[in-house]
Amino acid sequence: MARFAAPGTPDALMSYQNRYDHWIGGEYRPPAGGKYFENPTPVTGQTFCEIARGTAEDVERALDAAHRAAPAWGRTSPAARAEILNKIADRMEGSLTELAVAESWENGKPIRETLAADIPLAIDHLRYFAGAVRAQEGSLAELDEDTVAYHFHEPLGVVAQIIPWNFPILMAIWKLAPALAAGNAIVLKPAEQTPASVHYLMSLVADLLPPGVLNIVNGFGVEAGKPLASSPRVAKVAFTGETTTGRLIMQYASENIKPVTLELGGKSPNIFFDDVSRERDDFYDKALEGFTMFALNQGEVCTCPSRALIQRGHYDEFLAAALERTGRIVQGHPLDTATMLGAQASNDQLEKILSYLDIGQAEGAKVLLGGERVDLGGELSGGYYVQPTIFEGSNHMRIFQEEIFGPVVSVAPFDDFDDAIRIANDTLYGLGAGVWTRDAAQAYRAGRAIQAGRVWTNCYHLYPAHAAFGGYKGSGIGRENHKMMLDHYQQTKNLLVSYSPKAMGFF
Amino acid sequence: MTTPDAPAVSRVAVTDAAAALMRALYQAHGPLMFHQSGGCCDGSSPMCYLEGEFRTGASDVLLARLEVPGVAQPVSFWMGADQFERWRHTHLTVDVVPGRGSGFSLEAPEGVRFLIRSRLLTDAEEAALA
Repeated sequence: MARFAAPGTPDALMSYQNRYDHWIGGEYRPPAGGKYFENPTPVTGQTFCEIARGTAEDVERALDAAHRAAPAWGRTSPAARAEILNKIADRMEGSLTELAVAESWENGKPIRETLAADIPLAIDHLRYFAGAVRAQEGSLAELDEDTVAYHFHEPLGVVAQIIPWNFPILMAIWKLAPALAAGNAIVLKPAEQTPASVHYLMSLVADLLPPGVLNIVNGFGVEAGKPLASSPRVAKVAFTGETTTGRLIMQYASENIKPVTLELGGKSPNIFFDDVSRERDDFYDKALEGFTMFALNQGEVCTCPSRALIQRGHYDEFLAAALERTGRIVQGHPLDTATMLGAQASNDQLEKILSYLDIGQAEGAKVLLGGERVDLGGELSGGYYVQPTIFEGSNHMRIFQEEIFGPVVSVAPFDDFDDAIRIANDTLYGLGAGVWTRDAAQAYRAGRAIQAGRVWTNCYHLYPAHAAFGGYKGSGIGRENHKMMLDHYQQTKNLLVSYSPKAMGFF
Repeated sequence: MTTPDAPAVSRVAVTDAAAALMRALYQAHGPLMFHQSGGCCDGSSPMCYLEGEFRTGASDVLLARLEVPGVAQPVSFWMGADQFERWRHTHLTVDVVPGRGSGFSLEAPEGVRFLIRSRLLTDAEEAALA
């Protein structure tokens, strides 16, 4: 067990600046309105830096810089772009621990996750798209002896990316890596809850990118996000968040006839068939960990397995084992390597979770574990901590229908395969799902029957760069990860070429 | 039909603190509306916009026109119809807490966030709203 020193203290591996401006055109520029807002760490609730409060004027400056940079960046060879992405990845790898500390301090998540997941995944993502873009090819079709259809990939130009607060660096890289690889310039707006860690990342890598290729405007959604999302000067808007803002961004995009990709969350089922409990072996242990994955990142994951569906034949014994496993979660200081459950990302997020703990009980759900806010004492008293919580209820309850985005799982039994699929699909969303069974045919049928973009089968919460991620139904439009993301950030140019000297004969 | 003396039954209520914030936002920006969000991140938050900023349509339900003292026009409160089907048995209260919400809601720059608190509708309320 080890405790990393908090940023800014004498033994700290990294420090944040006291203030961050906007990163525009390769330099830091103060906000046009001259205003800043305070940025607290959820670990203690104390402010650790202040952040430029962007407005439409700052967004326009960033768009100016992006439009100046986009043509040359788009003409830069894929090999040269890939080399830059690889260099960014190398710098990040060289400062992996520092980045992990920065991310945990800003978001409240345990350092064991940032060290093992957030930052390594971000690094691998950059390398994946560096490779993917070099391997990408257009196509040609020989339509007849003298006529050829060529298809080229061209960058979109300048794209807008609005980043969520649950994985501030990883989600930024998910969006940045394919867009940069494909040759686009970017204006990025971090979440107002977690605006600083991407600037710490920039302190490590900013010199690698030509000025204006990546611009970062901070601020609030209504003041900075809206002018960015509604700008006719962006060729695409990519957003991760919730449904109402997703719809609003689509409305803005429709005014400009621009595409969007939207990742709007889910209410992911995690299905445990009877045969999971047939043996007490490694797989059984893995399945219990799979249940407990609802607490990963404090439940602040769009694919949080927040509905556990357990078949009746082993319901009682599996649930008892799952309770015991969840009870072993170590909650504590996020910078402590033994900590498994840290702080919720913001005070309003904490309040929202508590409001769901209320309505869950009012609807008759039974609290099997947890159910309350935690005061961890000392400096952590000001932070935002919730007990890992297990509810037992039924799928019509609101705690089964809404993404609480906290360390809260709602458990219900099911009778058979058809019942499992019916309950799993009885939701407005379709982002993730989990299926646990020793029967490969059952796993296959369940995976195909569940209406969700990703069905983890005998695993959960793996996020490799090479697997497509995105939603069915209300969970959004488009995908992230996988080489198909290059297409999401490219236009198709068709050159239809005739090598014949002969007229067609119409006129 | 309710008699003039009976208290109106509504699906949505507003705390004093939320009403005070709505007054301030109304004075600063103009007529207001809410659309209840779903999904991840800041899902479940009631998003507050200038009236008409968010285009509602056939897929939305108007839950209430909130009468807020000091706000001349009623504040409309909307929700997606499919979401409402899963929320309709609960009564909602718009409250406000300190925070840093994302999304494009008008109050976020003030360092506060509208929040929904819920309870079950009573049988009498269900009957009156049916």
